[in-house]
Amino acid sequence: MSEEIVLSIYRGDADGGQEVEYSVPLTPGMVVLDAVHQVQAHQAQDLAVRWNCKAAHCGSCSAEINGRPKLLCKTRLDDYVGQTVHILPMQTFPIIKDLVSDVSWNYEVAKKIPAFKPATAVPFRMQQFDVDRVQEFHHCIECFLCQDVCHVLRDHDAKDEYFGPRFMVKIAEYEMHPREGGDRIPLLAHEAGLNMCNVTKCCTEVCPQHIRITDNAIIPLKERVADQYWDPLRALFRRKKESPTNQSV
Amino acid sequence: MAQPVQAAVEGRKQAEKHLPYWVEPAFTIVALGGFVIYAIWEVLAHNNGTYHNYVSPFFSPGVAGWFGIHVLTALYVVWVPFIFRFSCYYYRKEYFRGFFFHPAGCAVSEPASHKNKRYTGERRFPFNLNNLHRYAWYLAVIVLIFLWKDTVQAFIFKNGFGVGLGSIILLINAVLLTGYTFSCHAFRNMIGGRKDCFSCANGKPSTGYKWWRRVSVWNQFHGAWAWASLFSVWAADLYIRLLISGVFSDPRLF
Ligand code: SF4
Ligand code: SF4
Ligand code: FES
Ligand code: FES
Repeated sequence: MSEEIVLSIYRGDADGGQEVEYSVPLTPGMVVLDAVHQVQAHQAQDLAVRWNCKAAHCGSCSAEINGRPKLLCKTRLDDYVGQTVHILPMQTFPIIKDLVSDVSWNYEVAKKIPAFKPATAVPFRMQQFDVDRVQEFHHCIECFLCQDVCHVLRDHDAKDEYFGPRFMVKIAEYEMHPREGGDRIPLLAHEAGLNMCNVTKCCTEVCPQHIRITDNAIIPLKERVADQYWDPLRALFRRKKESPTNQSV
Repeated sequence: MAQPVQAAVEGRKQAEKHLPYWVEPAFTIVALGGFVIYAIWEVLAHNNGTYHNYVSPFFSPGVAGWFGIHVLTALYVVWVPFIFRFSCYYYRKEYFRGFFFHPAGCAVSEPASHKNKRYTGERRFPFNLNNLHRYAWYLAVIVLIFLWKDTVQAFIFKNGFGVGLGSIILLINAVLLTGYTFSCHAFRNMIGGRKDCFSCANGKPSTGYKWWRRVSVWNQFHGAWAWASLFSVWAADLYIRLLISGVFSDPRLF
């Protein structure tokens, strides 16, 4: 007989709920999403779980497994042998049902970020080493696990003061693009609330794409805000003229 | 990749499995708190950090001496490394987690008392001054130059060139502090990171780009440099303090 593993899955909605235990047979290579599907197929057909790719690509299956924000489809069950696996929806967003939370706030934030604005006429040629940096940010799958873990949003619910790490990555992607003509530094300094982040790096710790969110996006953006708003020497020497690639001066 | 992506994924996963979240903040409280208490004692209780050709990093450069001041002489220097480390991005993470529980660990609820206070992150005084970290860096580089002068001096004994245990300790300390200073995030920005296009001048990688890449590699280990150099400063100062108090004498290697 194969080994059984106990899942304790949150069942409920906005009106409340509790964890319910289910036991499923453990098979080699099984991920948490497989086990949740087993439960859905055989024990609780009304169990709500959001997923699409089962390949850590779509970013749909974000949840919290034993207190850690993780993708259900990228978390192997053999990491938890001998333990009960507690599966909860993301805590930072309102719950819809069971493991499904309402992440629509993120899409509203996305609308506030001015889109890519090429400084030179398209098509243009770029050197690979110029775009390497922004390509790291393209790996984002919008799972919002970083938003979920960020204490600014999670503990302080400061959603009206900070866009969150995912959108710092998005802004970095545009700002550091070699042909970008827009300027989102004032947005970062004000509405996007970059300095609500205290660089505690939890976003980086949970990112399933291993994007170095804090070191490569947030901190460089903080330095750019400091360049523009905090550095008296740079203010003194700042040249007002627009350079063709709109690099910070 | 132009900048290193997460390198320690496996190691991190292991740590996550075996160490409870409070280990890191507890370490920070003990190590950083211990260092601060030691530093206060060193600054307030001593006026001299020199033993023959060795100078403690707490007392270098001898700013107080330049102005003819002979009490609390370390005080005139230590504020530079203090503000440098206080505004360092790495230590910000460590003290916000370890001392302020903002948050103590990832996905760990902050204490209930935080509910009554409005969180402002690094928007308000004094944490908004962390935006001036680059100025602390400029000052730290000046101090570092003196530190290297002291390191050279630590190899020059009365009878010429020599190597004592103290010379080695001061050399290691200078190397670690150099690694720490030049792996700084603000330096990474100023050396090239603030540019968006590295080839726009002539289609070739700019010098800034080459430096930025190099600093990016060092920067990956900035936290390790931060701790290692903190402990080396501690060890170097303690060693010289013990020499001054005559607890033991410096073994000469040759
Ligand atoms: S580093 Fe900043 S953005 Fe990332 S989780 Fe911490 S506070 Fe949030
Ligand atoms: S940055 Fe990482 S954690 Fe955040 S949404 Fe993108 S992939 Fe998910
Ligand atoms: S189902 Fe697509 S990321 Fe998990
Ligand atoms: S970021 Fe740590 S010294 Fe600058």
